[in-house]
Amino acid sequence: MPYTTKDFETVAKPDWCPGCGNFGIQAAMKQALANLNIDPHMIALVAGIGCSSKMPHWVDTYGLHTLHGRAIPPAQGIKLANPKLTVIVNTGDGDGYGIGVGHLVHAMRRNIDMTYMVHDNMVYGLTKGQTAPTSPKGFKTPSTPFGSIEEPLNPVALALTMGATFVARGYAGDVQHLTMLIEEAVKHKGFALIDTYQPCVTFNKIQTYAYFVQHVYKLDSDPAHDKSNFEMAMKKAWETEKLPIGIFYQVSRPTYEEQEPGMASGIPAAELPIDDIDITKTMEKYM
Amino acid sequence: MKTNDLTLMIGGEAGFGIQSAGNFFAMAANRGGLYAFGNPEYPSLIRGGHNSDCIRISDKHVGIHKERLDLLLAMNKETLDLHLKEMVSGGGVVYDAENIKMGELQVPVGVKMFNVPLKKLAMEEGKGDITRNTVGVGALFGLVNFDIEIFYAILREEFARKGDAVVENNIAAAKAGYDFVRKNYAGQFEFELKKIDGRPPKMLLTGNDAIALGAIKAGCKFVAEYPMTPSTAILHVMASHAKDFNIIVKHTEDEIAAINMAIGAGWTGVRAMTATAGGGYSLMVEALGMAGMCEIPVVCVEIQRPGPSTGLPTRTEQADLQFILHSSQGEFPRIVIAPGDYNECFYHTYQAFNLAEKYQLPVLVVSDKHISESIQTVEPYDVSGLKIERGKLLTQKELDKIMAKSREFLEVNNGGTLAQKGFGAVAAKENFISPDGNFLRYKITDDGISPRTIPGMPGGIHRAATDEHDESGDLTETEENRTIMVDKRARKLDAALKELPPPQLIGPGGAVSKPGDADITFVTWGSPKEAVLEVLELLKADGIKANLLQIVYMIPFHTEEITGLLEKSTRVIGVEQNSEAQLCALIREKTGYLIEEKILKYSGRQFTAHEVYDRTKELLAGGGVKNAKAKAPKKTK
Repeated sequence: MPYTTKDFETVAKPDWCPGCGNFGIQAAMKQALANLNIDPHMIALVAGIGCSSKMPHWVDTYGLHTLHGRAIPPAQGIKLANPKLTVIVNTGDGDGYGIGVGHLVHAMRRNIDMTYMVHDNMVYGLTKGQTAPTSPKGFKTPSTPFGSIEEPLNPVALALTMGATFVARGYAGDVQHLTMLIEEAVKHKGFALIDTYQPCVTFNKIQTYAYFVQHVYKLDSDPAHDKSNFEMAMKKAWETEKLPIGIFYQVSRPTYEEQEPGMASGIPAAELPIDDIDITKTMEKYM
Repeated sequence: MKTNDLTLMIGGEAGFGIQSAGNFFAMAANRGGLYAFGNPEYPSLIRGGHNSDCIRISDKHVGIHKERLDLLLAMNKETLDLHLKEMVSGGGVVYDAENIKMGELQVPVGVKMFNVPLKKLAMEEGKGDITRNTVGVGALFGLVNFDIEIFYAILREEFARKGDAVVENNIAAAKAGYDFVRKNYAGQFEFELKKIDGRPPKMLLTGNDAIALGAIKAGCKFVAEYPMTPSTAILHVMASHAKDFNIIVKHTEDEIAAINMAIGAGWTGVRAMTATAGGGYSLMVEALGMAGMCEIPVVCVEIQRPGPSTGLPTRTEQADLQFILHSSQGEFPRIVIAPGDYNECFYHTYQAFNLAEKYQLPVLVVSDKHISESIQTVEPYDVSGLKIERGKLLTQKELDKIMAKSREFLEVNNGGTLAQKGFGAVAAKENFISPDGNFLRYKITDDGISPRTIPGMPGGIHRAATDEHDESGDLTETEENRTIMVDKRARKLDAALKELPPPQLIGPGGAVSKPGDADITFVTWGSPKEAVLEVLELLKADGIKANLLQIVYMIPFHTEEITGLLEKSTRVIGVEQNSEAQLCALIREKTGYLIEEKILKYSGRQFTAHEVYDRTKELLAGGGVKNAKAKAPKKTK
């Protein structure tokens, strides 16, 4: 029997603010997992810390709710230790592009097969509304009462530069489109980034639902867009008048785990027997 | 003639193969049936600066180098400037008079200078100056009249991958040095090494090697590490065995990634580890708390070097103990083990993996540069008694049974509804099913250890969270749950303490000792163990009875047993390689016992036995402080 979204529902209900963009992302996540028909016990949902990162508690699969900014390394450890698992990370823009950006940069060049969902609301929510790495210049918050001075980080351009093999942008207000993106990202063999516009109804009064409805357009609607063309993707990444959503770039490259010498046996490390490891020959090398 | 009791040093500029030369000599002694110990000292740079390798050889176990040298191979002038004064009378120095001008340097009385044209022989016979260290080692073989064929065999093995020409050049270089000395100086040196045939082969390895072997034997399949002296070799050794043992070895972007990756792997049921030095460990501590909170097994090896900050990157110290005991915010259980020799490095690393899984927590193995980078001859490890223990990690069958029984229980007691109590409340003892119909991964138990499932197991679904959570792993902030969960996690250490053997006093020759057997009881941990063991022998020769209390398990701590031993001891002296007597502080904290007499060293160099011996004698001569028994806190100086 194929899975439905009901199979991924939890008894506990999210504690996000009413109208939070995270609800749309949660709905898309459950729909995509049901459509992909993956056994819930074969999915590892990993998260950092923040509003977005509570996702594992409200999508019924195995979940690891880690530290702020540190979701990627455990997720990589999980995938390398057991490549049979589908690994999906949910974090926010502060977690992924601020404190954890060092891990993100290396994850992209490493190309371990996993999906990285960044709930990008351009503001810090759980700490009550400070400037985020993706906040626009001039953004006034309690930590930047006179307006932020820095230019915002461009996640799509960063991902393209760092060699990510699947680079997409979604919008929490378009669940159907986001569902499609998640499905494609999970099916993609390699590291997939989905930067997801997520309205924060409490702390971001600029990038609202109304703002996104006005600004986003689908890359699919542009017949000229070729997602295998790096230069075209980069050009789209820097569009600011209108904001494209969809798959900017997708290319096939061997995954890290396909090339890792310690995984050459083809047996997941989690399944290797360890009861009687013979180190006699190894000890002899020291004699 | 002194046979099979020799301390030698090879010194020179970094980049001239000083350590390889020392290793070759120690390997040859090891293969010749003798015991070797080698202590490399080098500055934090790649070329230039002074490197030295002190090798001590004996026909019985040697645990530590000596500060008095019988033989010196000086590859540059600086070696003579620094070490000529350390020579014993009757000792010999091999040097190249064409390259080293003695100048004002005074040769100590009784020290013989053996001029060997090292560079000339290297250029002519070894076909290049790069073989100068090989010529030097050949000359040392000639002086002590040791079997040069052993050296040739080692050169063949070591240089095989570089091709025949390199092998031949090195053998020619070794022969040239050896022949020159035999021809010109035969019979002029008072020390000799003699091969002992028929002894079973022994290993010559570093503490890092021993730790890596322990991890491999324990079934470690995942290593994530960022290079940092002096722990780096663990990464190298594990990587070299990646294919032989199917070990995933990841050199990560930083130490934060390293431990977090290992924790992720640990969550999936793979035995995982990371290794680092104090600086890297400073970056790891937040994740240590995550392993504690999520109850995920992980092994972290911390090889200490002098801090703070970058400190002395390539030297030794034991000043991270109190940091390791308290690192990371909040309260959670961890196990901290400090091996004191090359056997303990192997067996305790192996044990660390068992403990991490049995008690579902982070385990720290704490060593230092001295053990981790020095080499020692040890017997091959006896692995017959080793057993993999995975604690309450469930098989699919066991999980299915637990879940079936829980369903039965719920049907009888609750009309079939699974959500019998809801989140944040402790379920009935017999029930392992969460309100979602999932597995209660953090089930409250008597010993605090909950049965464990791993991703991929049907029916075992749970969330592991760094936030406080209830039995299911989902988040709750109720007062009742918080208290219950803190207590649950803490109980695991009570269970661990019962399993771990309490320390015993060690007497001369390694014999079990009692408090009444000795006038002096030394207390130490980690690397000073070997020096102190030798001090016991030196004092015995003086008619002074002494024994050693070595603390291996820092957390959990055998408070009762250690208090008992200290209270019954006559005179207690703490020996540590730090300035704050950090073990003595832990003992005071746990037992109330104040160790007032301490022998401390924090120069970045390791204690030798004679150093501890001399300072013990000073304490004895000064009267010292007798038996400071466990009593009301006293002011320390």
